[in-house]
Amino acid sequence: MNQMNTEGYTTADGRKIGGVLMEMKNITLRFGGVAAITDISFDIRQGEIRAIIGPNGAGKSSMLNVISGFYVPQEGEVWFKGYKRGPMKPYQVARLGIARTFQNIALFDGMSVLDNIMTGRLTMMKSGLLSQAIWWGSAQREETEHREKVEKIIDFLEIQDIRKTPVGRLPYGLKKRVELARALAAEPRLLLLDEPMAGMNVEEKEDMSRFILDVNDEFGTTIALIEHDMGVVMDLSDRVVVMDYGKKIGDGTPDEVRSNQAVIDAYLGVSHD
Amino acid sequence: MAKDRPAELQSIPALLARNAVKWGALPAFREKEFGIWQSWTWAEAQAEIRAMALGFLALGLERGDHVAIIGRNRPALYWSMVAAQMCGAVPVPLYQDAVAEEMAYVLEHCGARFVVCGDQEQVDKVLEVQEGLEGKDLRLHHIAYLDKRGMRKYDHSHMNALADIAAEGRAAEQRLGAELDKRIAELTYDSTCVMLYTSGTTGKPKGVVLSNRNIIETAKNSSEFDHLRHSDDVLAYLPMAWVGDFIFSVGQAYWTGFTVNCPESDSTVRTCLREIGPSYYFAPPRVFEGLLTDVTIRMEDAGRFKQWLYRHFMGVARRVGPALLDGKAVGFGDRLAYWLGGVFVYGPLKDSLGLGRLRVAYTAGEAIGPEIFDFYRSLGINLKQLYGQTEASVFITQQPDGEVRSDTVGVPSPGVEVKIGENGEVYYRSPGTFVEYYNNPESTASTKDAEGWVATGDAGFFEEGTGHLRIIDRAKDVGKMADGRLFAPKYVENKLKFYSNILEAVVLGAGRDYCTAFINIDLTAVGNWAERNNIAYASYQELSQHPQVLETIAGHVEEVNKSVAADPMLAGCQIHRFLILHKELDADDGEMTRTRKVRRKVIEEKFADLIAALYGGKNSIYTETEVTYEDGRKGAIKATLTIRDAKVAAGQERIAAE
Repeated sequence: MNQMNTEGYTTADGRKIGGVLMEMKNITLRFGGVAAITDISFDIRQGEIRAIIGPNGAGKSSMLNVISGFYVPQEGEVWFKGYKRGPMKPYQVARLGIARTFQNIALFDGMSVLDNIMTGRLTMMKSGLLSQAIWWGSAQREETEHREKVEKIIDFLEIQDIRKTPVGRLPYGLKKRVELARALAAEPRLLLLDEPMAGMNVEEKEDMSRFILDVNDEFGTTIALIEHDMGVVMDLSDRVVVMDYGKKIGDGTPDEVRSNQAVIDAYLGVSHD
Repeated sequence: MAKDRPAELQSIPALLARNAVKWGALPAFREKEFGIWQSWTWAEAQAEIRAMALGFLALGLERGDHVAIIGRNRPALYWSMVAAQMCGAVPVPLYQDAVAEEMAYVLEHCGARFVVCGDQEQVDKVLEVQEGLEGKDLRLHHIAYLDKRGMRKYDHSHMNALADIAAEGRAAEQRLGAELDKRIAELTYDSTCVMLYTSGTTGKPKGVVLSNRNIIETAKNSSEFDHLRHSDDVLAYLPMAWVGDFIFSVGQAYWTGFTVNCPESDSTVRTCLREIGPSYYFAPPRVFEGLLTDVTIRMEDAGRFKQWLYRHFMGVARRVGPALLDGKAVGFGDRLAYWLGGVFVYGPLKDSLGLGRLRVAYTAGEAIGPEIFDFYRSLGINLKQLYGQTEASVFITQQPDGEVRSDTVGVPSPGVEVKIGENGEVYYRSPGTFVEYYNNPESTASTKDAEGWVATGDAGFFEEGTGHLRIIDRAKDVGKMADGRLFAPKYVENKLKFYSNILEAVVLGAGRDYCTAFINIDLTAVGNWAERNNIAYASYQELSQHPQVLETIAGHVEEVNKSVAADPMLAGCQIHRFLILHKELDADDGEMTRTRKVRRKVIEEKFADLIAALYGGKNSIYTETEVTYEDGRKGAIKATLTIRDAKVAAGQERIAAE
């Protein structure tokens, strides 16, 4: 059954947002007796930047893991591109067009930046083990094609100067950028960013924000992100889901969320007298 | 005129046409993009440039219009300059790191009708300027951009991509080809080739108009001077708005037909340098300094054997290298040792720096430290100095092969006449001498006299015996001491600043009996030293007054005195007393310009109490100084400063006593 919602909306800066790409319906996720997520529903639309925010322990990362298919919720349904999704292997997720970055950078430290980004295209390589090993015929052609795509991403993210540098030698902010590059190399429909700005200085945050906006603008990639830095979230995203203690307490444009009393209470605390 | 080039070689577009025939299949431009060096032959470059020029015509570019070009060194931007000239317009390259206000002045002053931008960042600045000048006489008509990224959402009614302009031009060949050919044919030796804005350390920037004659004659003379040939390679990485880049990457490149290589991005220059291995290279002293620091640091991390190898053969190189390079007689043993060094050390080192194929390298702009200069020369790199300015189309003097020293700037370039004025100021007259300052006849008249002599604003003298020019200082800073001896503060300051412990120095002494100096220590170098020697300090001020620091600096000052005393003309500039300032000189406090040049007037007023103490014979002085923090707040620094006497070299004292 196709449930794709075709009506979209237009953002404040004039971008056209399409229909629903992913829909979460009444998700509940439990670890033993602990409910990490309780009955949450929201959708992510084609072409938008969607943020999930909340205080520590609110269940944001669990939510992202549900979206990525790493966790399978006990209750509720996940719909992607109009189809209900069942449990999946990681490579199946990648083939569906979902890529992600991690809160604690998960790159191969000993490999060069270029090789790390190339791994983002692994699921698209078709030539067999043997021809890749002797690098002949289709394998060679294929690598050239993939390399071209990767070089475009390197150019896009302005990391030409570290192309051949082992990732382990890079500063934190650049590692984050390389991780984004690897995710982009998979040419995802939906890009999941787990705290892309964590631990960055102001300048690095500005750069990263610009890249996120550019990715969305140039490639039309839908982006879902978790972030602590409220300023960044409010500037970047089109719509925001606010979570607290595993429940959804707000959902809407940054302005709507900002004036939502439940959100203010969750962030600033309420007096108990 | 008899010595004019044949008519067909009297403009850059004419040279382009010749090159496309003569070297049609040889590379004219290379650029690294997407990790691969892409190249264009002269024939391809000509086709691209013609398409662009036709596109400009289609957009209504008129004769005499100004076309501003803003961006990093990329072939398409170089092409757009020549394309503009083909249409009879004047290319005006601008500094890409200029902020919007600086750009506003220049765009308004030249009345640019077209702007060619490298990327979105530059387009944004131009749009900001356009908004700011709403209603004023800004003739801006069309913006072209090279990099399409992020440009999709902009209002394109007066804007489009350079590639699209060229595509439209190609399509319009039938319609506009004849008109373009007519305009190219109209170009003469005296039509404007380019207009470059001087950086403007004094007042507003001025637009220096350079004709085809200026550029082509200079390119021809200088190419012949250094035997440049069409198989040479240069790396175009210095700002396009700088006259040197225009001469190297356009003038000489079109004259001799060598290849201009553009790096992938600003941050990959070092890698690209290594990959290209240019045979002709220019870099300001700080680049050579940076490379040397890099080598030194990496050698400190190397194994014992490698360190020994490096030290041993660098010793040989220092002894033998410069002599070999200058073609002097060297014994067989030394030759052998140097050859071995070349195999084990110099060759690999030069290769890894990207200087392995160099035939000619130049440095200019500031004084270069003798040990840095000698390091490269000893490796067998033909590093030379030149002296020039925008108004001269760069070349005034340069060092011929075999006559290279770190303290001169060489002999007058071919075709250039140089004379020293009564006040010691350097004047020149040459085929490269600029036509005028754009829309500024007063400045033109005050700089260039009726006979074509141009005042450089620098003071210098010809060395007896060698005929080499030595520049001592800005003419307006050169003064006389109380007894009439020459006072050239910057000459001494530069010598002081060659020591890594000294960041800045201000030498005082105009109208006085002897010279004194304010010193700023370099916190990185001295701090590093303090760390290694377990010396604790809480602040810059405390470290600067540490007795051992004072002792070290006194040592440096005395060494400088010795070297200054060796020069009879300048022996009076030896430093008798000095103090280390309690704060770093800072542009925020108005003590320096933004380009880190000291403002003597401000310093003399602000630290009048310290100057009085220097000349009053005291050994220490208490002072309070107002400082401005980065956020604009003000505060005061209080300190007691030690004043030290420095030994002066004996020879000079005898002269002074007479």
